[in-house]
Amino acid sequence: MVGGYPPCDDRTTTDRGGPISQPLAQPRRLYRRLDDRFLAGVASGIAVHLNIKPVYVRTAFVVLLGLQGMGAILYVAFWAVLPVEPLPAAPDGTHPRRPPRRDLAKLLPFVAIGIGVLVIQSLLGWGGVNSALGWLVAVVALGAGIIWHQTAPSRRRSGGTGPPWLGAVFAEGDRRTSLVIRFLSGAVVVAIGVIALVAVFSPLSKSGFRSIMNGALLALLGVGAVALVAAPMLWRIFGQLRNEREARIREQARAELAAIVHDQVLHTLALIQRSAGDTKAVQRLARGQERTLRNWLYKPTGSPTELFGAAIEEVAAEVEDAYAIAVETVVVGDRAVDEPVAALVAASREALVNAARHAKVETVSLYAEVEPELVSVFVRDRGTGFDPSTVEDNRHGVRGSIVGRMDRYGGRAEIRSEPGEGTEIRLYLPVDRTGDSSP
Amino acid sequence: MTEALRVFLVDDHAMFRAGVKAELSRQDATTAVEVVGEASTVPDAIAQIAALVPDVVLLDVHMPDGGGRAVLDAVRRTHPQVTFLALSVSDAAEDVIGLIRAGARGYVTKTISPEELTAAIRRVADGDAVFSPRLAGFVLDAFAARPDTPVADPELDLLTNREREVLRLLARGYAYKEIAKELFISIKTVETHVSNVLRKLQMSNRYELSRWAADRRLV
Repeated sequence: MVGGYPPCDDRTTTDRGGPISQPLAQPRRLYRRLDDRFLAGVASGIAVHLNIKPVYVRTAFVVLLGLQGMGAILYVAFWAVLPVEPLPAAPDGTHPRRPPRRDLAKLLPFVAIGIGVLVIQSLLGWGGVNSALGWLVAVVALGAGIIWHQTAPSRRRSGGTGPPWLGAVFAEGDRRTSLVIRFLSGAVVVAIGVIALVAVFSPLSKSGFRSIMNGALLALLGVGAVALVAAPMLWRIFGQLRNEREARIREQARAELAAIVHDQVLHTLALIQRSAGDTKAVQRLARGQERTLRNWLYKPTGSPTELFGAAIEEVAAEVEDAYAIAVETVVVGDRAVDEPVAALVAASREALVNAARHAKVETVSLYAEVEPELVSVFVRDRGTGFDPSTVEDNRHGVRGSIVGRMDRYGGRAEIRSEPGEGTEIRLYLPVDRTGDSSP
Repeated sequence: MTEALRVFLVDDHAMFRAGVKAELSRQDATTAVEVVGEASTVPDAIAQIAALVPDVVLLDVHMPDGGGRAVLDAVRRTHPQVTFLALSVSDAAEDVIGLIRAGARGYVTKTISPEELTAAIRRVADGDAVFSPRLAGFVLDAFAARPDTPVADPELDLLTNREREVLRLLARGYAYKEIAKELFISIKTVETHVSNVLRKLQMSNRYELSRWAADRRLV
């Protein structure tokens, strides 16, 4: 292996540092720059680090090819060990933008120079066995690099618990197959490189092909033995890492809960203590907090602008908050909100407000049912009630906002009330089946 | 009403038990309800219910070690004469349906007033069912006539029109007396309808019911 340190160990520092501590204290690091790359971004990364133009670095690599493939070795070695430069986030701040594609046209001149260098080299007679050495080492480094790079940084976040290449083992789901393929192909490349090296440098004339195979077999046996010895330890590390990840997920859930409790529940409790004398206020606070927690526990199914059920619940919550009453809301079925349905929701709100203002009760029942051809809403209280025949036209709330509104959309409103018996407002809205979204 | 109903409280919140106990004892003598015991854990509840054999058990849904469901499972078979009324802060459908299907005769939320709670205890003790408005809504939802739902057993998997009407009025906040008046039937008939709905709720294999129960691994 060419490099001795995990290529991405800097992540731990940046992760802990947070956005504020980053800018000045960070030592300049060598990165591969994917946004200005011809092959893998090595040259441009080095250029940025040295503060020179990338073209010089690239030329240097190509010219070094002539020194027994030194350029290739260096390039592959850098590629294997250098971490990718963290990409700047996209304007919307969510996803880092994808690196631009390689520009093959720009690569062409360097390929030409490279070929030229090689041709000159062979003409001058520098080729042969020594030159092959460089290229073969580069091949081995390439294979090692493939294996190194497949351990995605995100999989290694838990720091130094295990060697980084173990990440290949821990990767999950559909990634696993591709990782195994990359791992194998990397291993194959390394093996080919090593065998070729042996083939080139062992005295072929004496032992021939057989001795190479024997050597390879012995090496394989050795690797197998090491794997056998190391396997239990690796398995244990694997278990530890998995436990750590589970603990981290639990910790996140706990943090979310803590945020809710801290931001809302504790706040509400403090308010309740401060207004302990005011029963109404205490009830309102407790009721509102209860609603928030319920929403959080049993995630609401849709947005109030889209679904009738959610819209009705929201209206009920508003009235609860504004008038410090409890609205017992029961919704059966659901459908999409269109203009008539929105008018029905508005009329229901008016009915609730009416009950909250005039009935002098603490609880109002709200029942809404969506049937294929009819949406009905019932708002009932057991309050003071009134005689509907004596209500004059100036009671705008009932006449205009409820009856009139329902009339405009082809629905109807019935008001049933008796003094002392409470009031029930019934709203009916015929609908067509098209907007029905009940399952 | 000659003698007081013997009620047993199962809830892991001591504050809540104390509150319910105080509220029930404050009721007047004609509707007297006597709290004969209380338990805060599932094993304790199982042991004490078996020993005391109360008329009605007020059962909390959410408790450690399996919750109200575990108590129901342990006691229902050995003591069929004990009726259970589920009492919970949760309004989640799977909680409600799950407990009913496990054998509870009714379900009320913890915000219920003391008078209503006493009435509910009386009603389940008399063999009737107790539905909160929200539970009535759930049942209407679960038994909604959907063209694509296979109906294996019409007797169990469908509600009659009358049962539907009764449930609707329950969901609208009507009391039994008011329902009877509205539908021109006797209170006894209303009770029969509600009991029939309860039976269907417990026995039917409708997909929605099984799903709700299965969501909490209750079936």
